[in-house]
Amino acid sequence: MTNITKSFSGVTVLDDVSFEVRRGEVHALIGENGAGKSTLMKIVTGLYEADSGKIFWKGDPVEIKTPHQAHDLGINIVHQELMLVPQLSIGENVFLGRHPVGNGLSRWVRWGDINQRAKSLLEGLGHPLDPKRPVGELSIAEQQLVEIARALAFSAELIIMDEPTSPLSEHETARLFQTISQLKARCVSVVYISHRLKEIHQVADRVTVLRDGRHIATRPISETTTDDLVRYMVGREIGEQHSANTSQCDGEEALRVEGLTYPGKFTDISFSVRRGEIVGLAGLVGAGRTELVETLFGAGEIESGAVYLEGQPVTIETPIDAVKHRLALVADDRKAKGLVLGGSVRFNVALAAPKKFARYGMFLNSVREKEVAKALARELHLKTPSIEQQVMYLSGGGQQKVVLAKWLSADSKVFILDEPTRGIDVGSKAEIYDLIRRLAARGVAVLFVSSELEEILNLADRILVMHRGRITGELAREDATDELIMKLATGGSVH
Amino acid sequence: MGTPKAAPVQGWRRAGGSVMRRFAPLLGLLVVSAILSFLSPYFLTFDNLINVFRQSSVNALLALGQLLVIITAGIDLSVGSILGLSCVLVAMMLKAGVPWPVCIAAGVCAGTALGMINGLLLTKLRLPHPFIPTLGMMNVARGLAFVISGGFPISELPDGFRFWGAGTIAYIPVPVILVVAVYGLFHVFLTRTTLGRDVYAIGGNKQASLFSGIPVDRRLTMVYAISGGLAALGAVVLAGRLNSGFPLAGDGAELDAIAAVIIGGASFFGGVGTVWGTLIGALIMGVLRNGLTLLNVSPNWQKVVIGVVIVAAVWIDVLRQRTSTKRRLVRK
Repeated sequence: MTNITKSFSGVTVLDDVSFEVRRGEVHALIGENGAGKSTLMKIVTGLYEADSGKIFWKGDPVEIKTPHQAHDLGINIVHQELMLVPQLSIGENVFLGRHPVGNGLSRWVRWGDINQRAKSLLEGLGHPLDPKRPVGELSIAEQQLVEIARALAFSAELIIMDEPTSPLSEHETARLFQTISQLKARCVSVVYISHRLKEIHQVADRVTVLRDGRHIATRPISETTTDDLVRYMVGREIGEQHSANTSQCDGEEALRVEGLTYPGKFTDISFSVRRGEIVGLAGLVGAGRTELVETLFGAGEIESGAVYLEGQPVTIETPIDAVKHRLALVADDRKAKGLVLGGSVRFNVALAAPKKFARYGMFLNSVREKEVAKALARELHLKTPSIEQQVMYLSGGGQQKVVLAKWLSADSKVFILDEPTRGIDVGSKAEIYDLIRRLAARGVAVLFVSSELEEILNLADRILVMHRGRITGELAREDATDELIMKLATGGSVH
Repeated sequence: MGTPKAAPVQGWRRAGGSVMRRFAPLLGLLVVSAILSFLSPYFLTFDNLINVFRQSSVNALLALGQLLVIITAGIDLSVGSILGLSCVLVAMMLKAGVPWPVCIAAGVCAGTALGMINGLLLTKLRLPHPFIPTLGMMNVARGLAFVISGGFPISELPDGFRFWGAGTIAYIPVPVILVVAVYGLFHVFLTRTTLGRDVYAIGGNKQASLFSGIPVDRRLTMVYAISGGLAALGAVVLAGRLNSGFPLAGDGAELDAIAAVIIGGASFFGGVGTVWGTLIGALIMGVLRNGLTLLNVSPNWQKVVIGVVIVAAVWIDVLRQRTSTKRRLVRK
């Protein structure tokens, strides 16, 4: 038996999950964002320790407490963000941390050896690259190959690939699949994590679906259809009704985007948002949604395309322009992009609207600041001992409310929200949904990005779906279902 | 939880618990002064204290500019050299017969322009760290000071000008009055104006500031320009006091300025620091120098002591932050 079985219970992110990979098998692991895929793999590779459950390797129970132990067993991971040293050569990267050295007195690094062995490893994978080239010069696809070669140099018997194709072109993806089949031929097992269901049918032997930390199904790929997988991932029945929303969506056009392109990130994006309308932007992580909204906000360079606000063409080259045009961005990473963590609630609330809080054009009007901050804290049910509290000590939900308060005090007319409820407790989530609805009712145009289907279906009047940098579909609230969105988001077509 | 990157904040926060932090530099100053007055009977005389203030004034002016820069999480290595170049420039103009008010104005403008170049190099060329443009400027300005002066000091300056460095008003040296006035102005600037608010915001989180529509590049350029301008003001005081403009003026002064800011409780990570803390930092350094000189400690050993004090001051601050963070976590 060459099975790995592992199970846990009592962990919130992973609830009693068992998972098995056979020798020489490509096993796809899929699930929505936050389903527990990464956590599971981190346990296998020794980054996390399971609360309970056992890991078997080749039939024997083993303990994997550090990444080093995982390596010694022959378990390797090719990360989404490649872990290579760009300045070093291919050969050095392949043997990083364990350069072959001579014995006794001659403990010098054996360059000839390193390069020779790196070369033969890469040739074995069907890609003869010069091992002396620095990794920084290579394409992402080639760098991936170096990581795979590195895993093989550690005599890996199980390689985990986390979203390996998300940065690759179609041609490069095809080559990666060739490499994977060569790994299979060597009896190396592969765990393949991906959001792209089409690919899974091309490359995997079996598939396991996780949802909300639970094991949903493990099936041979030949016995499943894309529809089955989507249903497993979403976990709800077709045609489920969502709370009807009666927001006014017949307002004037607030934001219109035409043919927006940023090479390598998104292509030919066109859409519009009316006043009082909530438009959801669905898609999977890496579809280019964050890049799109940040570019709209002036934090990226547009190659071509035009942006209109209330029908007028505008140029937004920096976030300064965006704020002047009364755009608001609640960014995906509130700690990095939204808040001055060491500043007080009041400080952060006033951050985006200096003019509003200025007397004689330059002096701070702290009375006004306090009034506004207090009023907003009350309106948003912000739990804080005082508005002078530093925001670093607030909860995730509290911090997000401060970000929202910042834009509310700036009287923004178009709100762009990027994963506004990520990492936030259920109570605050509901309050943030409420606030978004109230904003729309006040005539604010809302564009909001979310990877949580339920959230999108609940809030949005209209849903745009992105896949690999393009808008692959637009759905009215009445027509939208989990499955339809998932299908568009994974690159399937709607019949 | 690891050590928090952002430190508890002074300047924009008045909540309790930060009292200790706000007064720690002052406490340090009092302790050092008490020890010195015990060791030397001359230390605690009016004349000597006035002397300490006067000797600290140039460093205090440089440190104020440095404070603004350090609040934005930057560093300005060029202030000593900008002082040197402005010093020579002003002295040469005075010697050429230009009226002294014009000379002072021109000197301060030159310093501001040099600082602005630092800021523009940083923001327009996207240099990776303010260390680079200001290190360049440090060499360029010092070199130019020698080039235009030919390497010689320019002495015997007019009395009207010397008043700003050596004069007194009712026993109080003019530089001391100048420092108090400028510090008061910048206290208001940092705590009561939107521009000052932006300076703290940029230091606290540059990306979030940018995403909130704060013109980060313009503000940074402003901060380096101010730093250059204050260095030139320091040059006026120094040249007036010594009755001479010389190209080596302010050699190494940038490091004293940085030390004063850090002893005064500002954080290298940015976002933290107050005007009064910096003033006390500059005074601690002045008091130490003065006291050690009174005690006949050689300048070489003085350096050793100052070095130890810098590290100790920051270390004490680190300890204090760690305990206050722990306390907060426990309370939660």
